[in-house]
Amino acid sequence: MKSFSEIETTVKRASRAAGYSWGIAEEVGKSIRLSELFGFPAIKHLNQYYQNKKKENFEEIKLINEINKSDGSFFCPIILGVNFIDQVKNLEILKKCSVENLAYPLLFLPFLSRASEIIGKKLLISFDDCKFLLNFNVSISSNIWDKEMSMLAKKVEISFLDNEDNFSDQDWKNLYKLAEDTFVEETDSLKEGAAGAGLTDND
Amino acid sequence: MNVELRDPKIIMKLSRLGSFHQSRLSFLRSFLSEFKDWKYNRDLFDLDQEGYGTAIYSFKKNARVYSLICYANKINNDERSDRVIATKWDAAFTLHDGVPLKDDIERLRNEVPKQEVGRLSYKELTLSRANKSIRVFDHVVENLSNGNQPNLELLEKVGYLYRTTAVYGSGKFGLADRFRIKNREEINGPFRLEMMLVYLVRQFTFDQVNHVAQNRNPKLAVKLDPIICRNLGIGNSTGLGMAPFIVNHPTLLNNWILSREIALKKIREIKIVKTKDKDLFKECVKNSLKNLTSWNTESEYQLKKIKLLLKDIKKFIYFLENEFNFQKDYPFNEIYFWLEKETCEECIEYVVSIMMEPFGDIVQPLVGQMSSEEEKYFNIPTERNVGDLKKILENKYSDILKINFKTDENNQKFWFISKNKEEPRLANRFEEDGADLEQPLAIARDIKKLYEKLLSLKDNLKINKFLIENSDLRHVVRRAFIIEKFPYSEIQDNTIGENLVPIDMLRLKLSFFGALKFDPRSDKWLRICMFQGAPLPNELKDYDEQWVYKTYS
Repeated sequence: MKSFSEIETTVKRASRAAGYSWGIAEEVGKSIRLSELFGFPAIKHLNQYYQNKKKENFEEIKLINEINKSDGSFFCPIILGVNFIDQVKNLEILKKCSVENLAYPLLFLPFLSRASEIIGKKLLISFDDCKFLLNFNVSISSNIWDKEMSMLAKKVEISFLDNEDNFSDQDWKNLYKLAEDTFVEETDSLKEGAAGAGLTDND
Repeated sequence: MNVELRDPKIIMKLSRLGSFHQSRLSFLRSFLSEFKDWKYNRDLFDLDQEGYGTAIYSFKKNARVYSLICYANKINNDERSDRVIATKWDAAFTLHDGVPLKDDIERLRNEVPKQEVGRLSYKELTLSRANKSIRVFDHVVENLSNGNQPNLELLEKVGYLYRTTAVYGSGKFGLADRFRIKNREEINGPFRLEMMLVYLVRQFTFDQVNHVAQNRNPKLAVKLDPIICRNLGIGNSTGLGMAPFIVNHPTLLNNWILSREIALKKIREIKIVKTKDKDLFKECVKNSLKNLTSWNTESEYQLKKIKLLLKDIKKFIYFLENEFNFQKDYPFNEIYFWLEKETCEECIEYVVSIMMEPFGDIVQPLVGQMSSEEEKYFNIPTERNVGDLKKILENKYSDILKINFKTDENNQKFWFISKNKEEPRLANRFEEDGADLEQPLAIARDIKKLYEKLLSLKDNLKINKFLIENSDLRHVVRRAFIIEKFPYSEIQDNTIGENLVPIDMLRLKLSFFGALKFDPRSDKWLRICMFQGAPLPNELKDYDEQWVYKTYS
């Protein structure tokens, strides 16, 4: 098994050799390491992307907007990813954005994951029948993690999720009630003697 | 009294960093301190009469075990090379996490001796190899087998039986990634497992030399005197491989230097120094003369530095004995000012290291702050603006911004990775091909380029917009925001200039390892000695913290 340190170093060098600046190559190294750590076949997709990049032109998205359409060719997932991280604090306000024609969407995921940590919000990305929930760069949930993933996505939608509970108030109340069974009912003597502070604070 | 931390623009110059010496903060000393109450054991010693075979050594505490597996192999004299291009070594080692099973030992037997072309697993933590100093090893075997102890003069001159030529960790060649083990309390310090490997290898070299001598002449042979063993270390040959490390790990570099600077600041702020602390300091300074006079090198560059250091240390001892009064308030602050005024950089840093000796209570808490969670500082704060970035560059890199990189001498060298050995190299860009594949280690040049670019832009332009059109400068934008928080994260010098002395970069790192007796063999590689004078594993329970200054006592 390759160590994650080997993965990061090799990806960084390969990305530089594929034509990216050292600064971008560092970002790709970190992101692919993360993706592999989460269990996604990022090395495989990156390899295929770099092979294709020699033959095809991929469009570089610069300023990300609410709707991002290409001129017919596919967007580079790496430049999109790096710019998404850089611009995420502006994009957050939009609540939603979409990208049409994205090459190797799996390669975009780790950048989104890091962006989720930066803004402290969960992100949801969907394309074709795939959905991924990016959880503050701690984990990525997916409905297709063990299936082959498409190399080209016609339309990718990204949603910035509000920080809300995943459960109902009633679920919480029920659980809290159960937790209360670990508390001790205070008698008058406990009220006087067991707390740190006094009963009045009029001094 | 509040003493300011020393100015990074002075301390982070290469000539100053290349004058650093080991101290109580050094990793091999903090390793010994951490593992002194662990149970040491030689678990296996299966060598043939000539000393070839397998041995295992371990440190154990509660449920945790670290095992060094040694494979000693026969090689011909013409196959022995310290250069990284070598493919065979006298012995190869790996530090295994836990107790190795038979299957592990067999698996590793096929991989460890191959080193860079072998594959390790997440169960292995570090990897190394070493060659005998044939001259010393044969001499010791010859004498021991005849019932005599070896010639101390020869041993003192070399200082070791074996020298390692590389020590790998942190995920190299399939070794365990750092994240797998980073929460272990006992390794909360940089390179602790690398230090453990080297320390246990040292013991293997003594056991092997005794074993070979015993088998050569069972009736007459004697064992190497433990006092002699203690005064032998492990040699190490180090090339340029270490240099990029300190550029590529800015927050880690900061934490090493900052710990040293905080220690010095706190020592200078001591108003009244206790007699026992004063005495210990003076004793270490005087004892250290032995380390200087036994520091052998053929390097003219180093000889000059040693000569000057020796002269200044003698001058300092005279000052301490005849002119200085420790009864004054803040005596170490006075001493520091005297050193700055009267001695060379090498001497200043040498004495700064010794100042830490009496003050374990100051130094010890800093040892735990010498690691870094580098990932935390990777993201660029792109909501900041060009004005912020410009100010950072002007404040933190003011000397760098004065360098003219349009002249050939300031832009002469380039760092690259060799295709043959995947190791860092340095070459003249005007004489050699390959500069188009330059590694991003010319930080000073790229910072200057960034600054010049920023000058033409509006201050309120956001960094996220700047980066869209300037991705070639992204690596230095990241660094600039790091140095804003970590003042000692950057070498304040030109790493591609004509006058670059790369061994300054190596010495900086090696001093933090705890190396002694730097012996440059060129401007690009050097030999050192580690653990010379250190307690043996069976002496760890109660050892003298100042062992560094007590060799051959």
